Amino acid sequence: MREISLHIMDVAENGITAGAGCIHILIDEERIENRLKVVIKDNGKGIPPDMLRKVTDPFVTSRTTRRVGLGLSLLKEAAKRCDGDFSVESEPGRGTSVTATFRYDHIDRAPIGDIAGTITMLIAGNPDIDFVYDHVIDGNRFAIDTRELRAELEESLADPALLFHLKKQIEEELRKLATDRG
Amino acid sequence: MAKMSIEDLKRIKEKTSKETSLRTGTASIKITVHMGTCGIAAGAREVMNTLMEEMAQADRQDIRVVASGCMGMCSSEPNVTVETEGEKPVVYQKMDSNRMRQVFKRHVILGEVQTDFALARI
Repeated sequence: MREISLHIMDVAENGITAGAGCIHILIDEERIENRLKVVIKDNGKGIPPDMLRKVTDPFVTSRTTRRVGLGLSLLKEAAKRCDGDFSVESEPGRGTSVTATFRYDHIDRAPIGDIAGTITMLIAGNPDIDFVYDHVIDGNRFAIDTRELRAELEESLADPALLFHLKKQIEEELRKLATDRG
Repeated sequence: MAKMSIEDLKRIKEKTSKETSLRTGTASIKITVHMGTCGIAAGAREVMNTLMEEMAQADRQDIRVVASGCMGMCSSEPNVTVETEGEKPVVYQKMDSNRMRQVFKRHVILGEVQTDFALARI
């Protein structure tokens, strides 16, 4: 994966496949503490305890189309090689939470990348799923909750024009967050 | 905390409200972008982005775009499936922005299957 936002997209898609109705995505950039934390939480069917132990084994998957499952193992390796950490917590019937941390300035850490594209394309491809996207840079926070957007707009969020507008807005807000050191 | 203001939302809504009334009709064409780990790593997000750009331009309400997981053909990702009502679905392989544009303009809009990129008819 060239970008951390692609890992996020991948884990979020896993949650959707697990029947989640809402996906929480948190990105916490603590540049002062030199740490990047990513949390993806869903309210899907969860992972049974025996599966949870081997979930980052690339040769374990619940799918039947093929025998390899690379998503979580790739993210784990990415975090580990950047002096970071990785954990999955899950409760069957309640959902799953995936946390990955990275040393912010590690030379191998992939850029966060096009996170605005990730969020909007997740919405585009899954118009019935809700997403909460929370991005914190040095304590300054920006959040989007599609449940609020939906209530406000009273229409589907999958409209292409709306999504591109949303994408621009996210990019703009992130630029503001990244430069605001107050 | 920075949050999008209500005014922003209303502005977006005004821009798109013209299309709301048309949204009730059922979709006759379904485009599926396969977004498993393999698809995403191979560039499915960019393909989806291009597809949404084309959708915005085409302004067609009978086309539905959905994301789905891996279909087991990882080596040919990014895959895109076009399903037209009454016809067999066509799976396209190794998609990128240019191919997506061509498939959208030729197959989705004009109905010409782009056999050069097609993996299979299922």
